[in-house]
Order: sequence, then structure tokens, then C-alpha cells
Amino acid sequence: MRILVVEDDKDVAGFVVRGLREAGHVVEHADNGRDGMFLAASESFDAVILDRMLPGGIDGLKILETLRAQKNAVPVLILSAMAEVDDRVKGLKAGSDDYLTKPFAFAELLARVEALNRRGKGEGPVTKLVVEDLELDLLSRQVKRAGQKIDLQPREFRLLEYLMRHAGQVVTRTMLLEGVWDYHFDPQTNVIDVHVSRLRQKVDKPFPTSLIHTVRNAGYMLRAEQP
Amino acid sequence: MIDRGLFRSAGFRFGAIYALLLAISATGLALFLWWATAGLLERQTQAAINADAQGLSERWAEGGLSALIVTIEDRLAQNVDDDAIYFLADRNMRRVAGNLERWPSNVTTQGPLYELQVMRAGLRSLANVQRYDLPGGFHLLIGRDVQVRAQLRGLLTDAMLWALLVVMLMATAGALVVRNLFRRTIANISATTAAIARGDLTKRVTVAGRGDEFDQVAEVINDMLDRISRLMDGVRQVSNAIAHDLRTPITRARTRLEDALLHADTPEAMRAAIERATADLDGIVAIFQALLRIAEIEAGSRRSAFTRIDIVPLLAEVEDLYGALAEEHGISLVARTPAEAPAYGDKALIQQAVANLLDNAVKFSPQGGTVRLTATVGATVNITVSDQGPGIPPEERAKATDRFYRGESARSTPGSGLGLSLVAAVAHLHGGELRLEDNHPGLRAVLVMPTPEEAEPRPAALQPNHDFIC
Repeated sequence: MRILVVEDDKDVAGFVVRGLREAGHVVEHADNGRDGMFLAASESFDAVILDRMLPGGIDGLKILETLRAQKNAVPVLILSAMAEVDDRVKGLKAGSDDYLTKPFAFAELLARVEALNRRGKGEGPVTKLVVEDLELDLLSRQVKRAGQKIDLQPREFRLLEYLMRHAGQVVTRTMLLEGVWDYHFDPQTNVIDVHVSRLRQKVDKPFPTSLIHTVRNAGYMLRAEQP
Repeated sequence: MIDRGLFRSAGFRFGAIYALLLAISATGLALFLWWATAGLLERQTQAAINADAQGLSERWAEGGLSALIVTIEDRLAQNVDDDAIYFLADRNMRRVAGNLERWPSNVTTQGPLYELQVMRAGLRSLANVQRYDLPGGFHLLIGRDVQVRAQLRGLLTDAMLWALLVVMLMATAGALVVRNLFRRTIANISATTAAIARGDLTKRVTVAGRGDEFDQVAEVINDMLDRISRLMDGVRQVSNAIAHDLRTPITRARTRLEDALLHADTPEAMRAAIERATADLDGIVAIFQALLRIAEIEAGSRRSAFTRIDIVPLLAEVEDLYGALAEEHGISLVARTPAEAPAYGDKALIQQAVANLLDNAVKFSPQGGTVRLTATVGATVNITVSDQGPGIPPEERAKATDRFYRGESARSTPGSGLGLSLVAAVAHLHGGELRLEDNHPGLRAVLVMPTPEEAEPRPAALQPNHDFIC
């Protein structure tokens, strides 16, 4: 992915840029609002990571609003120290696709940025998700693996659907909580692990290979077993 | 000696308005009295003259000059009050009949009612007269002596002028009384607020107990002050908490890093230490986030997200999230909810509050125990989470919702001591409360919220009974 990072803090920016490059992405960096606005408007990116408070007279929200006013639909993730619910709502209303508050774990940022990638996603509604021998039919709400029908609770179905839509990408616990349960807070206990482990019992356990993998210090990933 | 601030004083304004209203009312009353007395007399005179003219003109038509003269003489003879005035003159204005000595020179036209001095039987008197011209060059004057009425009018005028003076005095005195009353009522509020402004948050406005508008204002102000001092306490608590309770995890993270710096011999040991220190820091961040969220809820700014919601599907979702966790711990989670339970509030916050309660319940329940999640709708909407864990002793319950408070039995379990604080904050935001009760054994936490009918803001700005929920 080609990613633009607009962030004025040198340490944070350096860390994010290095991490994204290590993950195999092409990264441009702007350390003030003016350059960020110029780059975002003049070049094409697959995702933009945007700090809200920036030097140079133009803040992150202004950049975002300008982009959206120009019908530029590039996925934007706001990375901000402004953590109140109202700030978050303001950011999403301005047109951001995701909102991550500082301090953050890099794994969380990487997972969320990669989830923003819309490349390769076909036009029109998808009716069937397929990973390896696992099939999920969104219309009949049926799940099959190796031709064998798997019975899932509605919530397990949505969990699996979310994982399959992000197949090959890391999905963090917070992303699952937000995407599947629509909860925007961190429960003290790790309830998500329990739900994923139950899903594994049904989707992976009876079969020779596993599709749902735990990514250490990050979350989960659904992908075909690497040879 | 009028100081410039006088016109800006509301007390003075109210006084002035009182005086003005009194003056206007008094003037209105005086005008009415005038109309009803002096005015009435004048109208009566006019009516009598008209009646006379009618009668005399009939006599003239029937019997001509001689009949008219006889009638005038008759009427003068029969006039008991001696106030009638008639004067019939020929074309040269010479007297033919009547009780005046001569034709008053200024009565020149028909129509208007003249008021003039006349000489009657050698006496000066005041009369209202009207002139009628008759065929044949005769002129008739009909009138009434109004000397007595004029005297009465003079008396009335005098009385009204005196009354004006009295009204002005009363208005001034009344204005001063009104102003002082107003000042005294406001003084209570302004003294209290001034004390608050100086930093004494313990002062409260005295409520007179009359239940009037001033009492309502006083109560609203007191509620506001209670809330401000609660918030101030909260801020103080948070700063204390940051000073003391966060010191422990920060110390731990710092120790790990320094220890690794000094003693880690292998890259693996170093990496492990850094990972653990990062986890510690994440824990500190989580505590900060929880603190900020509680502060945000307590500040009341989130009430903008309030809508009418049904809490039953909301509870079903939380149950779904925690059911699996409970099962994993060998605990059964039993939910009992009515068909619907409407409430007025913030869905996400209620969800988080219930999630926190379930989190605690699952954490403290023994294996094989039962956690119950129930909702009931009555005078209030109650969401109850009960467990069979160690519970909270009665003497600790009041403190259990304080930030960072952790009961004796909770010391050995992981947690920040903020879970119940958040639930309590959510309950308060919704105009309700968090009740902690004994479940024999275990804890029963009841999140009490008002019904939507009660909680939803009504269109009226000020309720007649002051049930402001803060």
C-alpha cells in the first residue's frame, strides 16, 4: 500500500514510518499541515494516517474536510491524542474511516490501516466469501467447510464474516469489538478471546488445518495455512 | 443626588415600574370619577334643557306666543329647586317673559351650550343656557342655574389635585418598599454566590420554605452548587488518585526497565523485560482512559446522545458477549427480561455499565455459581446483576463506587478499581443511581434509572414543581 503519514511528532512519525515500511508499504511523510494537505491533494494514496493537531496553520480535520469536499475518497485514519467521545464523533463526521487514539500499539495501527485497503475489493455487493475450503454464504447465511455444513450462532456468523472479509489481514480485539459488537470500549476481561476460541471449535477443530490464527501481541488473522 | 448605577439597578427598576403603574391606575380612577360625577351633572343639565325645549316647542305649536308665555310662567312658578332659567325675547331682544333681567349679550347662535354669568333677582350666578330662535322673530333662552354644581366641581378638582399629591407620595414610598424587598430577596442569593466566588463552596442559599419562585431559584442554585462541589471533589479525587494509585504501576514499569538495563544479560531477557514494561504502560493508559471517560460522563456533556431506547435488545447483546465468558469460567449466566423496557439514555453508556457489572460478577463468582441479569420496569427501570461471590460488606458499600477503591476481597484479583465508579457515573448521568445490595451470598448491583416519561426533557422550560434532576 502507498500510505501518507501526516504527523508532526518526530518520534511517533519515525516509528510509524519505519514500522509501515517494514510491513512492506510505501510511505510518504509530512510533518506539518500545509505539506500534508499538498501531498494528500496532489498525489494518490491507498490510505492516509492523519494527526489532528498539526503545526502550519492547517489541522488534520481541515485537511480531511478539504479532501472530502474535493470528492477525494482516500481512506483516512485519524491518529490523535484527543480521546473524548465527542472528538471521535467529530472526526468520523468529518469523513474519517477510522479513529485511533494515542498512545497506541503499532500492531493496532498497522491492522487498522491494512483493513482500510479497498484495493482488490470488487464493485457491487459480495454474496459469498471464500477462503480456502471455507465458504460463507451471506444470502442463505450458511457456512460450509470442505463441503460440510457448520452450524453457527448469529453472533459467531458475524464474527466469522468479519474475519473472512479481512482475510489475510491482522484483526485486533478492539476491531472485532467495534466491528462485530459495535462496542467502543475495552472490557476489562478478554471476552473476545472466548468468542474466537468458540468459533475455532466449530470452524477449525474438526478439520486437519487451521484457518484462524493468533497473532502474538496483536490479534487474530484468518488465512490459509502457509505451506 | 442620583448615582449613575441607579437606573441599572433591577430593584430601582421594579420600584419605578411600581410607581408608574400606581400613577397610571390612580389617573384612570380619577378620570372615571370625574366622568361619573361632574360629567354626569353636566349631561343631566343638557338633558333637562333638551326636555324643556321639547315641551316648550310643543306648547308654541299648539297655542302660539300666549300659550308659550303662560307655560314659561307656570314652569317658573312650579320650579321648587329655583334653578330653571327661561327668557323669551322679541325681535329687538326685549324681554317678553322669563326670570332674567336681560338677554345675555354673548349668546348669539343656536346650538352650543353656553356657560355664563347671569344676574338673577339681583344675584350673580352661573348658568348653562341654550338659545332657540322661534318663528316671528322671537328668541327663547332655556337654561339651568349651575352655581351649586360649579362649586361641587371645584371641590372635586381640589380633591383630585390633593389625591395626585398623595398618589405621588405613595408611589415613591411604595417604590422604595418594593426596591428594598427585591434587594433583600436577592441579597441572600448574591451573598451566597459571592461567597462561592471567593472559594467557600460550603455556602448555600437559604430556602424560605414558601415554595415560591425565589425558593425555586434558590433550590436550583443549590442543586447547581451541590453538583459543582461534587465535580470538584471528583477532580480532587482524581488528582489524589493520580498522585498515589498510579504511582504503583508506574513504579513497576520503571523498575522493570531499569532492572533490565542493569541486569539483563541476553537479548531475550531484555526483550521480555521491555514487553512486560510495555504491558504495564498499556495498563496505565487503560486506567487513564477509564478516568477520562468517567470524568467525561460526570461532566454531563454526553447527554446530547440521549434518545429513547429499549434496553432489552441492549441487554441481550451484553449477555451474548458475556455468556461465552461465563460458560468458560463454569458459571451460568441467566438473563430474565420483560418483552420490552423503554428507557431514555445513551445506549453505548448503558451497555458499558452493564458490561462492567457482568465483568465483575463473572470475575468474583465461584465456579458453578449463577450470575443473574434481570430487568424490571415499574416506577423505575431497574437493571440488576447479581452474583454469588464474596459480595461487598455493608460498611464498604458507600465507598465501593469511589475511584480506585478496591475492597478487601478484591485485592487479589486483577482490576483497576474503576469499574463501579463508571457504572455509578452512568447511573447519575441518567438521573438514577447504582444500588449495591446483599444477594445472600454475593452482590446484587441494581442500576436504577427513571422511566422515559420522567427522564425525557419536557418542552416547558421551568417545571411548576422543581424536580430538576442533576
